[in-house]
Amino acid sequence: MPQKKQETSQPTVWLVLVRDLRDRAAFSELFDYFAPRLKGFLMRNGTGSAQAEEIVQDVMLTVWRKASMFDPHRAQASAWIYQIARNRQIDIIRKENRPVPEELAQDPGSEPDASQILAIDQEAEHLKTAIEQLQPDQKDMIQKAYLGDLTHKEISIQTGLPLGTVKSRIRLGLRRLRKELEGLR
Amino acid sequence: MNAITHHIPDTMIAAYVSGNLPHPFAMVVAAHISLCAECSASLGAHQAVGGALLERSDNVAVSSGMKTDLMAMLDTPIRSEPIFDAKGIFPSPVMEALKGKPPRWKTLGMGVKQSILTEVGGGSVRLIYIPAGQAVPDHSHSGLELTLVLQGSFSDETGRFGVGDVEIGDENLEHTPIADAGDACICLAATDAPLQFSSFLPRLLQPIFRI
Repeated sequence: MPQKKQETSQPTVWLVLVRDLRDRAAFSELFDYFAPRLKGFLMRNGTGSAQAEEIVQDVMLTVWRKASMFDPHRAQASAWIYQIARNRQIDIIRKENRPVPEELAQDPGSEPDASQILAIDQEAEHLKTAIEQLQPDQKDMIQKAYLGDLTHKEISIQTGLPLGTVKSRIRLGLRRLRKELEGLR
Repeated sequence: MNAITHHIPDTMIAAYVSGNLPHPFAMVVAAHISLCAECSASLGAHQAVGGALLERSDNVAVSSGMKTDLMAMLDTPIRSEPIFDAKGIFPSPVMEALKGKPPRWKTLGMGVKQSILTEVGGGSVRLIYIPAGQAVPDHSHSGLELTLVLQGSFSDETGRFGVGDVEIGDENLEHTPIADAGDACICLAATDAPLQFSSFLPRLLQPIFRI
């Protein structure tokens, strides 16, 4: 396997800067990266341009305000922002509040763990590669599913996570999902 | 605490992450994930897929003024939203549905009580209280039913369910859950259709009790 660069992904770095330092320049970078993607993403399932913009603005403001909730040991910036965007879109479409789980207790003495952050990052990158390599129709199916166009009966991904700590489970979960995606090819 | 053995299926977590689950089920899934490290991990994995799709989605330019407006809004004081932390046996999504107050139980007879949290269309989420050793009348389901144990445990034809466990019932499940000895069993139950009781009398009472 080719050695990839050992760095945390740029959006995650920006988001940590926003979280820890309330860094406006980093937030500006996050906006430039995510706002057009969010708009494109939201418009894919029929949300109009004006409403998509409203949601983008709302999501980015939430990113600023709730940055303290972001934990790079558990997710990349894009995963965290995806969930905020989907929840917001659904709240608006269905006029309801999505129930969200409480955060599970942090491990005691939660010093930043660079190797865990990097591992999450690398697994997420592998996952992206796996998605890229899918057949066009499968890619389309996955895309529709995570945009909310499919019912849960139509999303067929199998279960069976092995035991371990929460953090390593997330990594395993990512790896397993990637294997599932690769198995589709 | 005993280990959780009955989890939310992965497909349902994917549906939850992507916003495909009706509200009653989303509440049970959120409550279970609050208690379950394994399903919390699965949630993280599915969010990563969503994130990957977000990163590779088409760039559509936003209006030129949006960024300036947004940067100006960063210092606006936030209207504080109430935060409902977990309390006792109730994880935070349940406390939020209860608006921070204790449940208002309505008796159903035989010591069984319920407290309806939300009811939208045909679907509902409720808390159910079953005294130790008590059976819930035979019932079948015309739709999907998710039951999450918050206190005590119950057993039925399919197995034993303790704190954190979720039972998934559908059209094919006709069961008689019985609360085990010990603490009363308290569950969070969601349906997308009214339950159908097998015996005559409870069926007559169904519209009255809204079960």
